[in-house]
Amino acid sequence: MNIPKNLRYTASHEWVREETDGTLTVGITDHAQCLLGDVVFVELPPLKKHIEAGKEASVVESVKAAADVYSPVSGEVIATNPALNDNPALINTSPYQEGWIFQIRPENNTVNALMDADAYAATT
Amino acid sequence: MLHTPLYPQHLALKCRLIPFGEWEMPLHYGSQLEEHHAVRTQAGLFDVSHMMITDLFGKDSEAFLRHLLANDVAKLKPGQALYTCLLNDKAGILDDAIVYFLDDNNYRLISNAGTRNKIQAWLQSQQHTYAVSLQTRHDLAILALQGPASFSLLQSMGLSSLTPETLPSFHVAPFQSGLMARTGYTGELGVEFMLPFAQAHALWEQFIQRGIQPCGLGARDTLRLEMGYSLYGQDMDETTTPFESNLTWTVSLTPDRSFIGKEALEKQRQAGVPRKLIGLILQEQGIPRAHYPVFLGEEKVGEVTSGTFSPSLNKGIALARVDTALTPDNTSLPYAIKIREQAFPATRFRPPFYRSTGVIK
Repeated sequence: MNIPKNLRYTASHEWVREETDGTLTVGITDHAQCLLGDVVFVELPPLKKHIEAGKEASVVESVKAAADVYSPVSGEVIATNPALNDNPALINTSPYQEGWIFQIRPENNTVNALMDADAYAATT
Repeated sequence: MLHTPLYPQHLALKCRLIPFGEWEMPLHYGSQLEEHHAVRTQAGLFDVSHMMITDLFGKDSEAFLRHLLANDVAKLKPGQALYTCLLNDKAGILDDAIVYFLDDNNYRLISNAGTRNKIQAWLQSQQHTYAVSLQTRHDLAILALQGPASFSLLQSMGLSSLTPETLPSFHVAPFQSGLMARTGYTGELGVEFMLPFAQAHALWEQFIQRGIQPCGLGARDTLRLEMGYSLYGQDMDETTTPFESNLTWTVSLTPDRSFIGKEALEKQRQAGVPRKLIGLILQEQGIPRAHYPVFLGEEKVGEVTSGTFSPSLNKGIALARVDTALTPDNTSLPYAIKIREQAFPATRFRPPFYRSTGVIK
């Protein structure tokens, strides 16, 4: 299972990348996409929406099931991945790059409280 | 958990397994979408050995089945099969099955895996004075080869010279020391093999080596739902009748025969059928799932029994059980399915949602 070292992780299988401007990019892990199977639809959060850490921000639907994506931190949604509308399977083929789901401007610095790669690997 | 005799083959192909009743079965072998498309465009191979096979012998086997099944086996000639429900006294569906007329006084019933114990007990309890003996075939595996190229593959592999013309739909023929039937659950051209374990193993390996795509229950579900085929336990069960399950065509109500549930069916026909199973297609992106509420205008009229993403149509599709009185055929109100508290507009559509492209020679 692919778990990049430079990312942070949640117990609910989201990954978080801290960008140089302090914003955070969020997606679901390789493990999560593997459990879900073929992703066919992604419900993206509305732009500018304020979301709370641990609350549903998006829904990833595979043929098999619908899975909530929880926001790893509290903040404002500043971007969503437009490529997922046409090609939701990017979440399967490139979960950490092209398959990112949304970007958030965090309201506090809680990202370092999330799991690192080793801690996440121990949970899967 | 129970496993089919092809379990080692599935593990060797690194399939993802899921629990299915008491069984652990392949869900997919990598991508259920690819498996779905393989069946629609070429061919796919399924292990469905979890289904229950019951052989019936004896001079009363026809009379026994005419008493037991809502469809009438008297329609069959040897070598033919039909689809039917087994009903209880209230016309609730105990199971659905395919019955094959093999030879004089010899039938084969294939029923669902999840109802195995119930149906075995039910058949025994109805035997009464009928001169019929029942044999559950634990020694046979079932493989399904489905897709427009299935017959041409069998020919080019030297396995069978039969064609879609010489083995018409719902016909059965000898194959090795078992049978090959023109049946399936995908809506495509295809056959199902019922074989002793060793022959099933060898045939599976031959198909895999030939490059035929193995397919799991995931693709089986999207393929059957695109055809509008009902799944027992989901779209129908003991609380629904065939009339309420879009299965009126499988019921034979001829006056010369009584069968379990007939009286209740006739009563329901006279009183009016309170619920019906309809097809819905979502107009926007979204995926309906079982138990999502269905609305006509502002009124809740029923719920989804099976819903999925249709890989062939690239749309959400569903079977839904709705209140007949609330859903007149000529309504101008719009249908909608509520997904996570949001109403998604839907179009009523008479299944099949998808039509097969035919035969690849």
